Amino acid sequence: MSEAQNFKYIGRNTIRPDGFDKVTGRANYGADLTLPGMLWGKILRSPHAHANIKRLDTSKAEALAGVHAVATFADFSAVGDEAIEGGEGSSTLLDLARNILARDKVLYHGHAVVAIAAKTAAIAEQALALVEIDYEILTPVLDVRTAMAADAPLLHNDLYTQNGADKATTPSNVAARHEFKMGDVAAGFAAAEIIVEREFYTPTAHQGYIEPHACTVRFDKDGQSMVWCSTQGHFDVRASTARLLGMELGKLKVIASEIGGGFGGKTTVYLEPVALILSRKSGRPVKMVMNRDEVFKATGPGSASRSWIKLGAKKDGTITAMQGSLAYEAGAFKGSPVMMGCMTAFTPYAVPNMLIEGFDVVVNKAKVAAYRAPGAPQAEFAVEMLVNELALKLGRDPIDLRLQNAAKEGTQTIYGPKLKRVGLVECLEAARDSKHYQQALAANQGRGVAAGFWFNVGGQSSVTINMNPDGTGTIVEGSPDIGGSRASMQMMAAEALGIAPALLKPIIGDTENVAFSAGTGGSRTTFATGMAVIEAAEDVVRQMKQRAASMWNVTAEQVDWVDGVAVNTAGEDRLSLASICAGADRTGGQISGRGNINARGAGPSFAVHVCDVAVDQETGKVDIVRYTAVQDAGKAIHPAYVEGQFQGGAVQGIGWALNEEYVYGASGLLENAGFLDYRIPVASDLPMIDAIIVEVPNNFHPYGVRGVGESGIIPPLAAVGYAVENAIGAAVTDLPLSPPRVLQLVQDRG
Amino acid sequence: MAKLHISTSINGEATEFLCEPHATLLDVLRNDLQLTGTKEGCGSGDCGACSVTVDGRLTCACLVLGVEAQGREIGTIEGVGSSDKLSVIQEKFLEHAALQCGICTPGLIVSTQALLQQNPDPSEEQARYFLAGNLCRCTGYDKIIRAVLDAAATLRAEQQGAA
Amino acid sequence: MAVVAYNAPQSVEEAIDLLATLSATSAATSAATSSATSAATSLATSTTRARLMAGGTDLIIQTKSQSTEPVLVVDLKHIAEMMSCDLGAAGLSLGPSMCCAEFTAQAGVRDVYPGLVEAADLIGSTQVQGRASIGGNLCNSSPAADTIPALIAVGAQCLIVSAKGERTVAVEDFVTGVGRNCLQPGELLKRILIHRPAAGSRDAYLRFIPRTEMDIAVAGAGVSVTLDQQGICTAARVAIGAVAPTALLVAQAAAALVGTRLDEAAVAAAGAAAAAAASPITDRRGTADYRRQIVAVLVKRATNIAKQRAQASL
Repeated sequence: MSEAQNFKYIGRNTIRPDGFDKVTGRANYGADLTLPGMLWGKILRSPHAHANIKRLDTSKAEALAGVHAVATFADFSAVGDEAIEGGEGSSTLLDLARNILARDKVLYHGHAVVAIAAKTAAIAEQALALVEIDYEILTPVLDVRTAMAADAPLLHNDLYTQNGADKATTPSNVAARHEFKMGDVAAGFAAAEIIVEREFYTPTAHQGYIEPHACTVRFDKDGQSMVWCSTQGHFDVRASTARLLGMELGKLKVIASEIGGGFGGKTTVYLEPVALILSRKSGRPVKMVMNRDEVFKATGPGSASRSWIKLGAKKDGTITAMQGSLAYEAGAFKGSPVMMGCMTAFTPYAVPNMLIEGFDVVVNKAKVAAYRAPGAPQAEFAVEMLVNELALKLGRDPIDLRLQNAAKEGTQTIYGPKLKRVGLVECLEAARDSKHYQQALAANQGRGVAAGFWFNVGGQSSVTINMNPDGTGTIVEGSPDIGGSRASMQMMAAEALGIAPALLKPIIGDTENVAFSAGTGGSRTTFATGMAVIEAAEDVVRQMKQRAASMWNVTAEQVDWVDGVAVNTAGEDRLSLASICAGADRTGGQISGRGNINARGAGPSFAVHVCDVAVDQETGKVDIVRYTAVQDAGKAIHPAYVEGQFQGGAVQGIGWALNEEYVYGASGLLENAGFLDYRIPVASDLPMIDAIIVEVPNNFHPYGVRGVGESGIIPPLAAVGYAVENAIGAAVTDLPLSPPRVLQLVQDRG
Repeated sequence: MAKLHISTSINGEATEFLCEPHATLLDVLRNDLQLTGTKEGCGSGDCGACSVTVDGRLTCACLVLGVEAQGREIGTIEGVGSSDKLSVIQEKFLEHAALQCGICTPGLIVSTQALLQQNPDPSEEQARYFLAGNLCRCTGYDKIIRAVLDAAATLRAEQQGAA
Repeated sequence: MAVVAYNAPQSVEEAIDLLATLSATSAATSAATSSATSAATSLATSTTRARLMAGGTDLIIQTKSQSTEPVLVVDLKHIAEMMSCDLGAAGLSLGPSMCCAEFTAQAGVRDVYPGLVEAADLIGSTQVQGRASIGGNLCNSSPAADTIPALIAVGAQCLIVSAKGERTVAVEDFVTGVGRNCLQPGELLKRILIHRPAAGSRDAYLRFIPRTEMDIAVAGAGVSVTLDQQGICTAARVAIGAVAPTALLVAQAAAALVGTRLDEAAVAAAGAAAAAAASPITDRRGTADYRRQIVAVLVKRATNIAKQRAQASL
């Protein structure tokens, strides 16, 4: 693609095509579907963090009038221990089943044990109270340090540490050890004139989407079963659910409802297979909706982490070595994103000597799920804090020091490839030149700068564009629209077709009316599904040219396509898209374009944030005074929604840095499973978030797109963290920087 | 338990329903009346997704019993704007890209309408505090607040034009 | 708890009659409750407990918990006398069920009782304030209730009625423990009464929360001070919340202020006295040690605000 393309529609802030439904309340989300004869399903959850199930008796519950079906792990007894794809983490089918309904052990507070479908939700709840369970309570393991100790109680007697190709012979809570290295760190540190190192902690943090998990399902023996649910990937829901229930893919239709936020947390299944079992047993449709307490207790948060990072540099600012060790909580089953942490931690820097190891550790907490750039914020927080310390000790501006060491095109990454063209330098320059960065700080204020790297992914996407006789069209795609992606699909198709965006209606097809598409995750939708949209649109154009050519008795090669009009280069003829569609019955039937791809070449998106805080030194309370988020979008298809991704990521990161954390009691019970005490930022906590879009095109996308969804959550942890460090003059190591912790730091400083 | 017969007004329309004493107004709206524009995010008054008005006063439908609707005027998102024209607040939310996933949007629009009825010219700070009970996890609130302030300015200009 | 019945009396008399016919045999665990007999109401069974509801923002959440104990909700929002607010020369007489949003918008109250209005303004979100009432906040008797220290600071009294008659109890004596108060079965909080402060006397309320809104107080402080023409503090009331099983009126803190010009040392001494009087717990909202430190800061800051207001009122 050329450097500067002239776009007709791309880059405009259009009104999103699904907007009307969303501002009027007409849009239907996961909990909004009711079917005739529908039952309500409810789940009984563990009151303990770690216990053996000695006896489970559901007979009294089953006998209650109005109860139609009961499900337990026994309904998954045929499930084997095979690896599964999908979502954004690695797992096995058996672990998935055991997370959905506990087998012989409950492994966290809120772990599902029994599900009941009844005529009303109230009856289902009464029935849950009649279930009899005898637990043998075990010591909970609540932190990676205790979990990794030699004498730690084991969650799983059959979990052995995988270390590269080697597998340990004694069971452990450490599921895996990963290592990445390049160069010679010992030599790198030997060459250093200044070394900084520190240990850090980040807490368990939840995605905090406002819509709880919900589904309505109907099992039909004739093979017309369907699941309506809120998910980031309905093809993944189909795959997991069908395998857990032993169904053929073609006999299960999954419809993605509108989705009320996900951030990675809706890339796996919790309710859907259970609801379908209840429907199969009862012969009735079943609806299940989690309450907020269940969402916090039993759906995947992001990993808590402990990390140690060490950096070495020369006095001229050249970083010579970076080393680290990460341990991430996976929750009750293996599969934390620690490997992603290892791969991203040092990637903003062009440094020859790097070594990092990561441990995937099971603990008695809810199994983690992907959370926006899964694994990266925890690791990059630690590194960015130390880069700021390095700048302070070297007497250098933190942006200037980063520019000196910034990764750029050709930089070797620790995980294998050299970087293609990336925009870190441009982001750093834009941050440096921002009005914010020129502003002076007042008393009790501090400033932090941090960079963030996320790979972004491509993968499979399928799109069909069906034209109508009046020249309008429907774009059928398979990527649930979680933040406005239908608007960008509409614009990319319009650009490729040369017609106004409003003539095209993008819809999310169900698993039967569009071919396989990977879920909305990895910042892939605008990039990969966008490429499929463009390919489908180009397919439409190709056919338009053929139809025009056949009408003009020329070859298709002699037809140009200019602004939605076929032009005969061998004559004066013109035919608009609308007129070709109107006459399609005479040229071979109506036109559909197809784009089924496996997208390669996703472009990393770097972000740089600047944060100013004010600290109340008597209470430890931190206020965000100014905030600027700079990020490389490659090409912003819809700039307002690109800014929205930067701002939303920044604020989730601010919440993680300041107040969000799971609070567990000594017995492992979660004490703050609600929005009252799991404190996500509210409107009055924040200033405006200045968003600066940098556009360094990704040459693998026809319009230069990079995904923008995830990188924005990475820098805030250290931008806020170091701003506090800068304001109070004491080293920050642990998040969140809640008032008690900050006051303690202030008082310990003296 | 016996259901109670309730006569109320929803978005100006006389409405009757039967409801169990424990059912919240949110349960009634969503499950009995199929007014699913009012969303449930927490069920405990902590997220604002179910914001409605009762006799013109903003509240969370999850904190009201269905039986309390007797004789009251209930306002929900379905009553904002008209079938052929969006309200200024709705238009400004779209223009400013003030929604991403959209689950908090109905509640925010109902709340914004209540804010601007009470205070037609809110400062940014006043808007942020008034709307602090409407959680949004997608946007970081920036574009929401811009939409609210722009809607306020537009409505004021319309009022002046009409006067 | 599960709500199995609902009753909305139209007058105080009707409410008292209803409560009186409910048997007082089983001592209520929550003071705003009585036991119901089947005779009392055709809606309730013999095991049903009556719960009085004002705004319902606490009660409805509590009824969603797992316990299936049947509850009769007695809605107190249809009683005009419990929904009104009268500010006169003698002071304020407040219907306990009036919602906070309506209370804080009442003409004049913000000038006369700025601290109490601040407290009512802090309860939950705008939406919660559209339901929650000061009387409900008081009767729910949470240690962290925002209006209780503010009410104590201004010397508020509770007018309690029952079939036996009326009695008056100071707010600091009303709450007896975590979620407990002095209301007996059959009794109803009818009005909250506050004397009009003299010129030179004003209040302030501050609480500390981790965010700017939507949290429960980690600690709270309500302070009222009276200054003479020379700027000497002649009277003071200092109340603290969320640092003990009940809100506390701290006489030692007031003593540290009286007779001074509310200078830095006096104000710091009042803060220290409040911290000394506190007996906080550690929970998910804060550690005991943190709460103790914060309550001193809040008393100090609230005193300074009250002082400025008192000066301005002279």
